[in-house]
Amino acid sequence: MKLKYSFLLAMLIAFVMLLAACGDDGDDASEPDTGSDDETSEEDEQDEDDGAEVETDGDDILVYARGGDSESLDFASTTDGESSRVTKQIYESLLDFEEDSFEIKPGLAHDWDVSDDGLTYTFYLEEGVTFHDGTDFNAEAVKVNYERWSGADDTYSFEDDGYAYSMYGTMFGGFHGDDGHVISEVNVNGDYEVEFVLNEPLGFFLQNMAMSYFAITSPAALEEHGPEINENPVGTGPFKFVSWSRDDQIVLEAFEDYRVDGLPKLDGVIFEVIPDNSSRLIALNSGEIHIMDGLNPDDAAGVDSDEETTLYTRAANNFGYLGFQTEKEPIDDPLVRQAINHAIDREQIAEALYAGYAIPAVNPVPPGYLGFNDDLDVYEFDLDRSAELLEEAGYADGFEIDLWTMPVARPYMPAPETVSEIVQADLAQIGITANIVIEEWAPYLERTQQGDHELFMLGWSGTNGDPDYFLSSLLHGDNAGASNRSFYQNDEVDELLDAAKMAVDQDERAELYKEAQAIIYEDSPMIPLVHSEPVLASLSNVQNYVPHPSTSESLAEVELD
Amino acid sequence: MLAYTIRRLFMLIPVLLGMTLIVFSIVHLIPGNPAQVILGETATEQAIQDLEATMGINEPYLIQYGLYLADLLQGDLGTSLRTKGEISSEILPRVAATFELTIFAMIFAIIVGINAGIISAWKQNTWIDITAMVVALIGVSMPVFWLALMEQWIFAQELGWLPSSGRQSSTNPIEPITHFYVLDSLLHLDFDRALTVLSHLVLPAVALGTIPMAIIARMTRSSMLEVMKSDYIRTVRAKGSGQFLVIYKHALRNATIPVLTVIGLQTGVLLGGAILTETIFSWPGIGRYVYEGINYRDYPVIQSGILVIAFIFVMINLIVDLLYAYIDPRIKY
Repeated sequence: MKLKYSFLLAMLIAFVMLLAACGDDGDDASEPDTGSDDETSEEDEQDEDDGAEVETDGDDILVYARGGDSESLDFASTTDGESSRVTKQIYESLLDFEEDSFEIKPGLAHDWDVSDDGLTYTFYLEEGVTFHDGTDFNAEAVKVNYERWSGADDTYSFEDDGYAYSMYGTMFGGFHGDDGHVISEVNVNGDYEVEFVLNEPLGFFLQNMAMSYFAITSPAALEEHGPEINENPVGTGPFKFVSWSRDDQIVLEAFEDYRVDGLPKLDGVIFEVIPDNSSRLIALNSGEIHIMDGLNPDDAAGVDSDEETTLYTRAANNFGYLGFQTEKEPIDDPLVRQAINHAIDREQIAEALYAGYAIPAVNPVPPGYLGFNDDLDVYEFDLDRSAELLEEAGYADGFEIDLWTMPVARPYMPAPETVSEIVQADLAQIGITANIVIEEWAPYLERTQQGDHELFMLGWSGTNGDPDYFLSSLLHGDNAGASNRSFYQNDEVDELLDAAKMAVDQDERAELYKEAQAIIYEDSPMIPLVHSEPVLASLSNVQNYVPHPSTSESLAEVELD
Repeated sequence: MLAYTIRRLFMLIPVLLGMTLIVFSIVHLIPGNPAQVILGETATEQAIQDLEATMGINEPYLIQYGLYLADLLQGDLGTSLRTKGEISSEILPRVAATFELTIFAMIFAIIVGINAGIISAWKQNTWIDITAMVVALIGVSMPVFWLALMEQWIFAQELGWLPSSGRQSSTNPIEPITHFYVLDSLLHLDFDRALTVLSHLVLPAVALGTIPMAIIARMTRSSMLEVMKSDYIRTVRAKGSGQFLVIYKHALRNATIPVLTVIGLQTGVLLGGAILTETIFSWPGIGRYVYEGINYRDYPVIQSGILVIAFIFVMINLIVDLLYAYIDPRIKY
C-alpha cells in the first residue's frame, strides 16, 4: 500500500513538472475573459441536445478541422483566432475585407461617407436584413453593440461575468470615459443610417470597422441570453449556430434568409478539433474532413503532389524579429546594429524552420500592407561588410552579449531555440559571443519591458491589417517599456507615425509610413527575420476556398463537388 | 472487512487534503505573473490588472487556499478562464469519455494479456512463449504516440477500415444521455450508431491498451509459472485433471492476485495518462481537458482536472484492495 501512494505522489509530481516545463502556449495572445459563477450547466446540455437533430444525410456539409477549440463565440470579448474563425461565418461587420487581403469592401453597410475633417463617419446600412432569430437588423442594433463594448451603455457589457473587450480598447484607444477613446458618439439617423462621431481623426477607422471582432450581434439575443451569449451566437451571417460540444465540434447550418441570394452554397459547416497536426493530415487523407488548418510545412510537398488534396498558403500577416535593447552598450550604436543585421542569414532561418514557407523580412510590417516600403532591400548576408561596420564602430575584436530566447513557440517563431542557435553561430563568425538566456514566459515578457535584456527575440501578428498596429506598437517612443521592447526613441519616427495615425487620406498615410520605415531601416532597432506563410490543405473536391491573412475567412462561397 | 473498509476511507482524508494542497500550489510554482502569461505579448497593463483581480491572485496564499477548499467542499470546482463555464459541469462528459475509452482499452489489455500470459506459461520455453514475450516487450517499450500514428496511417489512411479520430461520426452527432456513447446508442436503440461508435473506439483503445496488455501478459506468465510449481497443483494433476482444467480452474485464481494489482494500477494510470492518446485521436476526455487547460494556462481547469484524476486513482486503489479479499477468501483484514 505504501508503494501505491508513493506512486500516486510520483504521478502528481510528474504532472506538476509537466506543467512547469510546459512552455508551449499554442494559441496567439489570449484575452482576460474570466469566469462567472452563475453560468448554468443546463445550457451546455441544451446545446448538445440540439446537435442530435441535425439531419445531414445527402447534404453538402463541410468539415473544417483545426488544432484547438474556440474560446468563446462572443467575438468581441476574446482575441482568440479560433473563435473569430467560427464567428466570421455567423456574424457580419459593417464593412468587410476582400477575400485574400485587408482591402475594404462593403459589409452590412453598402456605402459610407467620411467628413473632410475625418471626425464624422456615416454608414448607410443594408435594408431588409434579418438576424438568425428573425429580428430586424438596423442602426439601433449597431449602436447597441458599439455601446456594449465601449461601456457607454453597459446593459449588455456583462463585466461581472468576466467579459472584457480588450480588442475594442486596443483599436479605439480605450473605453468610454478614457482620455484616448476615439469614438465620442454613435448616433442613429433613421433606421438604416448610423453616424460615428470621433474625438480625433483615426486613419484606420474604416479598417477597424471591417474586423470580425466588431461584428453585429442581435440585441434581442443579448437580452435573451445575457452572459451566455458566448454559447448562443445570433448574427446576420451566412451560417447559423446549431450546437457546440467543447473541444470536439461546432455545428453550423445554412441560414436560408441570408441577405445575399444564392449564398451560402453549403448546407452546413462543422468545425472539428483534432489537436495533433499529423493526425489531422491523416484524417484529411482518409477523407474524414475537408479542410485542415495548421499543416506542418514539412508535409506541404506531399499534399501538393497528391491528386486528392490541394495545398494553400495564407498570406503573411506577422513577423518574427531579433530585437535590440537600444539603451544598452554596445547595441546603442546604430553601426553595431547594422553590423549584426548583415550577419544574420535569414534564408537559412526560413528554410530550417518553415521549409521555405516564409519570406525573409525587410520591414517590421508584412508585405502587402498599406505603405509597405518596397524600395528597401533585405540587409544582405555579408560578413565582410559586417566586420567593416564593427571596426568602424570600434568593436573590431567583437564583444559578448546576452541573447534572450523565447521559451514558447509562436506562429511567427515555431522553434525559438533553433533560431537562437542559428543567430549564435552567425554572430560567432564576426567575433561576437552570444550567450543564450532562457527565461520563463511571464518573466520574459515582464523583464523585456523593464529593459533587463540585450538581444532578444519576439514577434507580432496583425489584426486589422493596418501598419499602425505594427509600427506604433513596436517602435513608437510612447510605447517604450510597454510593447516597444527595443526602447527605440526617434522623434522623427514618432512624428511620422502620429501624423499617419491622424491622417484620413490613405495615400498620404502610405507615404508617411514609407518614410518612417526608411528611417527605421537605417536605425535598425530590430532585425525583422521572416514573415511566415502558414500552409493548409483541403480535399480536391473543395471549391472556391480562399484563405484570408487574418485566419478568418468566410465559407459562404465554398462548394463541394 | 467492514472495519477495514471504514479505516481505509478515513485514511483517504489526509491523502485527499495533500492532493488539494499540491494541486493548489501549481499556480504559485510557475514563475512570473500568471495573468501576464495568459494574456501574452500584446497584453496591456490594464488588461493584466483586470485579469489578476478576476483570478483572485492578489489575496494572501493561505486565504486563497482556504477559499479554494471551502468551494471544493461544496462541490464547486470553480470557473474555467477559457470557457467561462462551470468546471464541475464541464468535467463530467470528459470523465465519461475517458472512462469509456479506458474500459475498452482494459478489456483489450486483460483479455489479450491474461491469455497470452497463460499460454506462455503453459508452453514455457517453446517458440510460442518466446514470440509472445518478445511481442510483450515491444508493446511495453513502444511509445504510445508512435503506435497511435502508425495505427491511424495503416488502418485509416491506407486501408480505410476504421475512422482515424473522434468519438463518433462528425456529421451525425449523438444526443448524449450518460455521455458513454456506446451505452447511449443502445439506449436510443440505434444499433448502427453503436457500431459506428465502437469503430471509433478500436484504434484508440488498442493504442492505449497495448502497454497494460504487455505488462499484464508478463505478470500473468511469471505468476502462473510460480503457482504451477506449488503442491496443490501437483495434487490436482495427480487426481487426473486435464491441463486446461488445471490452469483455468485451479491455477488461474491464485495467479490472479498479483495480476489484479497490476490491472488496478494500470487502470488508474490510463485514466490519468491518456493525454497522448486522447490528443492524437482527438478524444474529448479528461486528459485533453487538462492539456487544453495547460495550453491556455487555465489554472482552475488544470487544478480540477488533476484533482479529479488523482481522486479516481485513489478510488481505484481502494477498490482493488477490497477486491483481494473477494478473490482470495484467505486474505483477512
